[in-house]
Amino acid sequence: MTRIAGSDTDVAIRDYKRRFVPLGSTLLASALALLPIVATLPLVPDFGFLVLLSWRLLRPEIWRAHAALGLGLFDDFVSGHPIGQSMALWTILFLILDFVDSRLGFRDYWLDWLLAALAIIFHTAGAWYIATMMGSGVEFSVMVPQIVISILAYPLVARVVLALDRWRLAR
Amino acid sequence: MAAPPTRRAGFSRRAQLTVFLGYVVAVGGVLVAILLLIVAAVDPRGFAALRGTALDVTAPVSAAGRSVVGYVSGIGESVSEYFAAASKNAELRRELERTRRELHETRFAAQENERLKEMLGIAAGEADEVTVARIVGSSFDSARRLATLSAGAGSGVEAGQPVRGPDGLIGRVIETGRWAARVLLVSDASSNVPVRSLRDGTPALAVGRGDGTIELKTLEVGENPFRPGDVLVTSGTGGVFPPGIPVARVVRLEGDSAIARPVADPARADYALVLRVFQPAAGAPLDQAAEADAGGPVDISPSELPPEVRAAETPAPAQQDPGYQPALQRPDPVLMRRARPQRAQPRPEQPQPEQPRP
Repeated sequence: MTRIAGSDTDVAIRDYKRRFVPLGSTLLASALALLPIVATLPLVPDFGFLVLLSWRLLRPEIWRAHAALGLGLFDDFVSGHPIGQSMALWTILFLILDFVDSRLGFRDYWLDWLLAALAIIFHTAGAWYIATMMGSGVEFSVMVPQIVISILAYPLVARVVLALDRWRLAR
Repeated sequence: MAAPPTRRAGFSRRAQLTVFLGYVVAVGGVLVAILLLIVAAVDPRGFAALRGTALDVTAPVSAAGRSVVGYVSGIGESVSEYFAAASKNAELRRELERTRRELHETRFAAQENERLKEMLGIAAGEADEVTVARIVGSSFDSARRLATLSAGAGSGVEAGQPVRGPDGLIGRVIETGRWAARVLLVSDASSNVPVRSLRDGTPALAVGRGDGTIELKTLEVGENPFRPGDVLVTSGTGGVFPPGIPVARVVRLEGDSAIARPVADPARADYALVLRVFQPAAGAPLDQAAEADAGGPVDISPSELPPEVRAAETPAPAQQDPGYQPALQRPDPVLMRRARPQRAQPRPEQPQPEQPRP
């Protein structure tokens, strides 16, 4: 494709790409839970959540807080969480991040990672609490390896999201 | 990086209102989601149809990739086996010797068992299988230990049925779609399986710990009855799991309990057998249960029994002493006073109606 859009179709394609890459990549990452891995230990990070978090920290303006409701509902259906779990946790997180953004005047790599780490701890603890409420008496220490792996995986996921963002906005 | 763009919508009244409405929707949505969670906690079967449909839609995706994963993980295994071949060989030879000795004893025991059963006239209650299915995936990013099975209500799978693999018990069906079902693995923290030790018959409760291991809780206090290496099989207590299915092997002892690892690794077992509930009439009144026993397992769950059967009066016991009180039950003062023989054995499922004291 040339740098200049030649026709209305080109314009439409670029517009769709610009608008739907964040949404599509998040849904796709949620659907990673369908990978045929049978695990006995919760170790693998929740990729849907990591991609969502990366987009939110990279481009705070693309999603309003209520966008997390629909994305969370999809994630709940796909990965077999109790319906409402990701809906509630993701939207609460978006509201908190909106508040943080309004207070915090700046952002850099380390601050992003710190925010992501806090968000991951909040999300995993919330999911653990809901599972406990549903009658699964797992000790929280079981979740610690997953939290550590998720925090370490965040920069990698953020890289991928950054690359997607550049591709999305490329002209 | 530059500061993120401010969320303030400028001086336009309308734009500010839109932003505000967005927050109202978000907060309302969170409340709705929490409500849904509470509904799910109170009534886990609430969204069964909806979740079953989601399961049906997503299971084929997992099923398609399953064979590829099996192939790839097989490569790693065969490489490591190649390097450990010598020590493995010696170990296997020792094990073969031991197993051969045990085999003779087992054959003898099996014959004796057969003979004794014939003498007693027990019809061997074969727990027949509902269907054979494949395990196509599992939850790997949450605290729950659930697996997805490639057969659902269309093949006769119902919630509550035990699932076993070639090596041993895998878990229990908790929700079904038309073509797929979700299985609660024995290592999930809400899974309880009554087991007994194969070595000395010690009964215990195998409770999952959520990290791939199982905790064995025994009734005995004092010396720990388990030894590392003990194999535990289902005891059949409770009437859900058929007896004699291997469940776990003890790996270490911790105080009064023991930590065991499941025998059946759902990641490796390609095929799983869905079994009928061992004694469907386990929760039914006594006369119903007796009838069901004679004819082998009945393929209805106790909750499906007609209400008149469930509410049926317990028959008068042979015990004619009007003041008789079954042991280990709270004596009923009304009963003691009136001494009605037909209500002499109150069952926990049928609480005594509240009667005013005369």
